[in-house]
Amino acid sequence: MTNIIEVSSVSKSFGGVVANHQISLNVPEGQITGLIGPNGSGKTTLFNSIVGYHPIDEGSIKFEGKEISKLVVQEIARLGMLRTFQQTRIYSNMNCIQNMLTSVPQRNASFFDMFKKYPPELTDKAEHLLEFVGLYQKRKLHSGDLSFGQQKLLEFAMALMNEPKVLLLDEPTAGINPTLINGLIDRLKKANTEFGITLFVIEHNMRVVMNLADNVYCLAHGEMLAHGKPDEIQNDQNVIDAYLGAH
Amino acid sequence: MISNILLLVDQYLLNIQLLLDGIFVGSIFALAAYGLALVWGVMNVKNLAQGEFVIMGGYIAWFLSTKGLHPILSLPISFAIMFGFGWILYRTIISRVIGKDMFISLLATFGIAFVIQQALNIAFGPEVQVAESGFGTTSLFDGFVTISSIKVVAFVLCLILAGSVVVFMKKSRMGQAIRATAQDARAAKVMGIDTERVYAFTFALNAAIAGAAGVMISMIWNIQPFYGVPHSIRSFVIVTAAGFGNLPGVIMAGLGLGVVESYGGFVIGAEVQQAIVVGMLLLILVWRQILMRRHRQALK
Amino acid sequence: MRKKFSLPLVGLILFGFISPFVFTNYISQITLLWLMVLFAVTWDILGGQMGYNSLGNITFFGIGMYVSAVFQISLFADVGQYTAAFGGDNTPFTDAQYFQGLIGGMALAAISCAIIAALLGRMFFGLRGAYFAIGTLGLALAVSEIIATWDWVGGGSGISMPVFPYEADQKSQMFYWLTFVLAISAFLFVRWLYSTRFGLAINSIRDDEDKAEAMGVHTFRHKAAAWTIAAFFLGISGALFGNMSGFIEPLEVAFPTITFGIFMVAMCLLGGKGTLWGPVVGAILFHVIKETTWTYLLGWQWIALGVIIVVNVVFFQQGIVGWMQEKWPEKFGIDVDDSMSIEPAKAATSAVKDNG
Repeated sequence: MTNIIEVSSVSKSFGGVVANHQISLNVPEGQITGLIGPNGSGKTTLFNSIVGYHPIDEGSIKFEGKEISKLVVQEIARLGMLRTFQQTRIYSNMNCIQNMLTSVPQRNASFFDMFKKYPPELTDKAEHLLEFVGLYQKRKLHSGDLSFGQQKLLEFAMALMNEPKVLLLDEPTAGINPTLINGLIDRLKKANTEFGITLFVIEHNMRVVMNLADNVYCLAHGEMLAHGKPDEIQNDQNVIDAYLGAH
Repeated sequence: MISNILLLVDQYLLNIQLLLDGIFVGSIFALAAYGLALVWGVMNVKNLAQGEFVIMGGYIAWFLSTKGLHPILSLPISFAIMFGFGWILYRTIISRVIGKDMFISLLATFGIAFVIQQALNIAFGPEVQVAESGFGTTSLFDGFVTISSIKVVAFVLCLILAGSVVVFMKKSRMGQAIRATAQDARAAKVMGIDTERVYAFTFALNAAIAGAAGVMISMIWNIQPFYGVPHSIRSFVIVTAAGFGNLPGVIMAGLGLGVVESYGGFVIGAEVQQAIVVGMLLLILVWRQILMRRHRQALK
Repeated sequence: MRKKFSLPLVGLILFGFISPFVFTNYISQITLLWLMVLFAVTWDILGGQMGYNSLGNITFFGIGMYVSAVFQISLFADVGQYTAAFGGDNTPFTDAQYFQGLIGGMALAAISCAIIAALLGRMFFGLRGAYFAIGTLGLALAVSEIIATWDWVGGGSGISMPVFPYEADQKSQMFYWLTFVLAISAFLFVRWLYSTRFGLAINSIRDDEDKAEAMGVHTFRHKAAAWTIAAFFLGISGALFGNMSGFIEPLEVAFPTITFGIFMVAMCLLGGKGTLWGPVVGAILFHVIKETTWTYLLGWQWIALGVIIVVNVVFFQQGIVGWMQEKWPEKFGIDVDDSMSIEPAKAATSAVKDNG
């Protein structure tokens, strides 16, 4: 089992605040890895570092064996690593299909590809993926008019459209109606098993993490606290203490 | 141009002249920039009409001077009028564009700038004007360095005004309310601060500060209905170089810009004054971009 | 987007073809109208479709004007000597030289502006929002000032353009057709452009540039290409206008930031930013209103213009075509779901705290 992402001793500070300190973890290819930790433990910062949103202070980040810590967001995205946003970002002035079409993979795009049209197969693919997430009925609607939950699904579908190798999801179930979470978990699992996408998920909802992840990392106070299978983590005293606030 | 540079090297007193001129006018630039930074930091409005506020304030002083009032005395009047003007502008236009799509607030202030330019042009004509202060010049170093006394007076007035604003921001209730709103508008609202009033006050204060700067510009330099844009650019240059909330930085950048323009005007020539200002803008923007690229951010 | 038979487009082209015969007395005004259409259409590529409000597109209008002038003159005279004579140079040139100069000038203007835009893009597209706006405005002012000090191209005194060799009304005819063809070409070009991937890509940059980057879109390529395209057409239009005017100078003719530069923005706002027909509708309406009312407003027309811009921006951001799209979405192929309640997504977002 290869590790598609290898993070070694990564540190990142903002001004005087140490957000991540010497974090090391590995994301195995083809599996679902979870990242948990109490508020302020540095999870989103770590994500941002991995996808190139900001440079890191020290350490190394490897994607498929290649060092990526000096690359920018677009380059890393074109290598096949995408992320979704906690606040859910979509293109609000277009309809859903257009959001999907403009999310096609860009890695082999030559200069003149900019001026080609979208072939009908891409529209089919877009519609299929929208159906996969349950948005087919809404596909021609202005995406800015969708509800928050629907926008989250759209963002997920857009990520799938881009055919990533790895998808970093920042709290995919946050703000979703609890009755719909099971559906989302199923779709995430399918994305992993059927589409072969490695998932790396920040989650707060323990039920989701236990259900979804093959292995879990736990951060606290900017440092790696524990790591293992979901049930191991669930019973790890350090993790419990971190969440309950004991130091 | 080369001969001018050689002259600089040769006559060190010339350097002192240019330096002083630069500092005196730069202090006024810093004042106007401070107002821009205030509105930008508190309300996230990038006021493209800043230069027009300056020119408008200058015209108030000039107009009153044609009626016999000494320009320095018109400073408080201009301040008050511009304050009211800014308040009205906020209530009618700016309040409707805060928090909206960024292009909207941008184009709204741009439109306001345009209206002010044209209104001044209709009201006062396109001639360049100066508000005569009648102050003489002082010489230093056996007459090699001449300083218009009005420039010194303007410099002192700038310091006083800037100092008053700083004290106001620190000590007064409104000042504290402004700072609270700048940090977190929603929390301020919850705490009972009338954020609408704070925004109106801030915008009005900026207009007043810019207007005051304009009074001084009309005395030590000149005004014309379409001279606003370079002033807007200068304020942007300074705020971009210094960042917000960094008053010492704004002062340094303002003085620095004044000095650069002073030297540039001498070495290259006064006709390319605008080009120098814009050149500084582009330089600062490029420099900032390079800095931000290290953090992988864009200049927004 | 399927290309269907477009009645408005046919109407527009027909209007262009018959105007010189029906409205012969207004031919120069209608020529100007086509220029306005070109201004609006090119501005909207960056402003409306891509979200980059350029206040300095007029730079390329002016550069194109000067590039063409210099080229045209160089065919029969020494440029420095010619410009130094301030219109007194009567070096004869043949008709062939005139037309070669014109065509060559237009081509050179287009190419040089395109190249300059691509190069400037490196510097300017790291800026966003207000910085881009004021940076481009500054660019126009700076270029204008630099040219005003450059004696070889006439400096502040400008350049007297080579005189059209035939009759005045033949001149108006020729420039009418050239401007009309240019404007329609630009419109057809962007109509095609927006139907390709480019259209959605620049829309995505407008809607959320960070998201587009995070999805791997080559944002810089698209931005530079957009500006290059706009510059290409603007350069040609500058070359044409310079020749039409007969006399060019930097402040009022070549780089009129306060007039043409602002009109570009106002027209797109009025007609509807980010729509295909918005700029055209805005340009036509703007120009017609301007031509018919301005002479009566005795100097107040500029204030009226500014007020219109502000009112437009604050109360009517979508513009005419945007408003039409909201009123009759079906006519534009937009689907609206009436059964759905529109719950503000922002309220839900604020419930999600940043936990990272």
